[in-house]
Amino acid sequence: MSLANDSVMLEVTSLCKRFGSVQAVKNLTFEVKKGEVLGFLGPNGAGKTTTMRIITCFIPASSGAVKVCGMDTVEHDLEVRKRIGYLPENNPLYFDMTVREYLRFAGEIRGQTGTRLSNRISEMFQVCGLTKMENRQIGKLSKGFKQRVGLAQAMLHNPDLLILDEPMSGLDPNQIIEIRQLIKKMGEEKTVIYCSHILSEVAATCNRILIINEGAIVAAGTPDELTAGASTSSGFTLKVKGDKASVQSKLSAVDGVTGVIVHEAGEWLEASVTTGKEDIGEKIYKCVSENGWSLAELKRHSASLEDVFTQLTRG
Amino acid sequence: MQNISAIFKKEFKTYFLSPIAYIFITVYLITTTFLFFQGFFIVNQADMRGYFDLLPWVFLFFVPAITMRTWAEEKKVKTLELLLTWPVSDVEVVLGKFFASFALLAIVVLLSVSIPITIAIIGHPDGGQIVGQYLGALLLGAAYLAIGLWVSSMTENQIVAFIVGVVVTFVLFIISTPFVTMVLPSMLAPLFTYAGLGSHFESISRGVIDSRDIIYYLSVIGFFLFLNICSLGSRKWE
Repeated sequence: MSLANDSVMLEVTSLCKRFGSVQAVKNLTFEVKKGEVLGFLGPNGAGKTTTMRIITCFIPASSGAVKVCGMDTVEHDLEVRKRIGYLPENNPLYFDMTVREYLRFAGEIRGQTGTRLSNRISEMFQVCGLTKMENRQIGKLSKGFKQRVGLAQAMLHNPDLLILDEPMSGLDPNQIIEIRQLIKKMGEEKTVIYCSHILSEVAATCNRILIINEGAIVAAGTPDELTAGASTSSGFTLKVKGDKASVQSKLSAVDGVTGVIVHEAGEWLEASVTTGKEDIGEKIYKCVSENGWSLAELKRHSASLEDVFTQLTRG
Repeated sequence: MQNISAIFKKEFKTYFLSPIAYIFITVYLITTTFLFFQGFFIVNQADMRGYFDLLPWVFLFFVPAITMRTWAEEKKVKTLELLLTWPVSDVEVVLGKFFASFALLAIVVLLSVSIPITIAIIGHPDGGQIVGQYLGALLLGAAYLAIGLWVSSMTENQIVAFIVGVVVTFVLFIISTPFVTMVLPSMLAPLFTYAGLGSHFESISRGVIDSRDIIYYLSVIGFFLFLNICSLGSRKWE
């Protein structure tokens, strides 16, 4: 089944999951299109892993439906599983096997055999930087290489939907850049769901973000939309030379300023100015120049994804 | 079928990647050969009755040692979650693992073929009887494996899987022995005699293969593999 580029790859409708009296997922509805990299964020226990387990057909939903490539995950579970590549949280691996044996096993289960599988495994060695590790026992690899083996396993069969739970865990900064580029490349053709706690990583990799808390969606949009819509206050940091009391009182008097904290840093004063949503950078600069203070630094702070996340998921 | 074969190959190879298979083969062969030949020359009969009388007791400890790791380790390391999100059914995974453990047991049991060869050199054993005894031993071993696998599927702890596996198999074995049936009400005695693993091995250890015993062992294997499939499927229960 081939899908048009804007077609829906994953459709989650009114998804609910209960474990006894605990409602882990509450009425979750979202869709992910082909060619999209969706960041799936939420604090621990928010229901991320449960949702991923339902999408990957590991457990069924209590109610609601999940469709992958238009196929229901309950009625066509084996067909759906063929189209999904999954890297679970904590990256479980068979430590006794070598990297090649493990990838061959994963490929054979997915119906790949012979030269086609061998070629694909060699391709994954190249892509994931595992060429020198192919005959090493997985249990003896470093955490970063283990993570690459998990990624290679998830991408081996060129899945339509790639689900990655904390894929950057244990990778060094260079590897993170390589894998990020790889995920972005995968996201051009395929669909990627990226669960992570590293918010800067999600912002750098994903086109769209979904934040869930206590089993329900609390925000959805592009990283820019989410930070722009945050009610968190913005602010400025100034490094000026002048009288401390005067800096404190004059800056506080600027229209739009909600708070000022000034402290001495050597011969300079550092002032943290918090403001509302209105951009008052020009007014602050005017205040500095009108009072004849020497200015070494004027830096703007806007709401980060971390701020949005904290604001939406704080108990 | 391809999936069962892939699981089988992986599981079978795993036994030989760790010291499990080598320790198992060595200890099994030394123990059984020693115990058998200890009494062989006293009895002075060119048959393997004594060897196959020992097997249910030897298997009682050796078979749960094969199966204890099978599911418990997958659950502990969480590879089970990954495996069950691959396009493979629960039935295929269970059968692949069962056949792999059976292949290991079969290799170990058949490696004892040096015993009948030795007996054939020094006496005139009945070849047909010995073949029948080996077939019966494999059926008994397969039943023990199915029980051990089911027990392993219910825990993350290998030690628990081993101990409970030994206990369940032991109970199923002794319920048909006279030691238990003689104290039971007369109504229940025949039921326990039929249900127990022990009574069906008596004729097999003499080399007599009765179709009722074969059906019994196949039923036990099927029943415990079914319980194993249910145990895996329990993740889907509310």
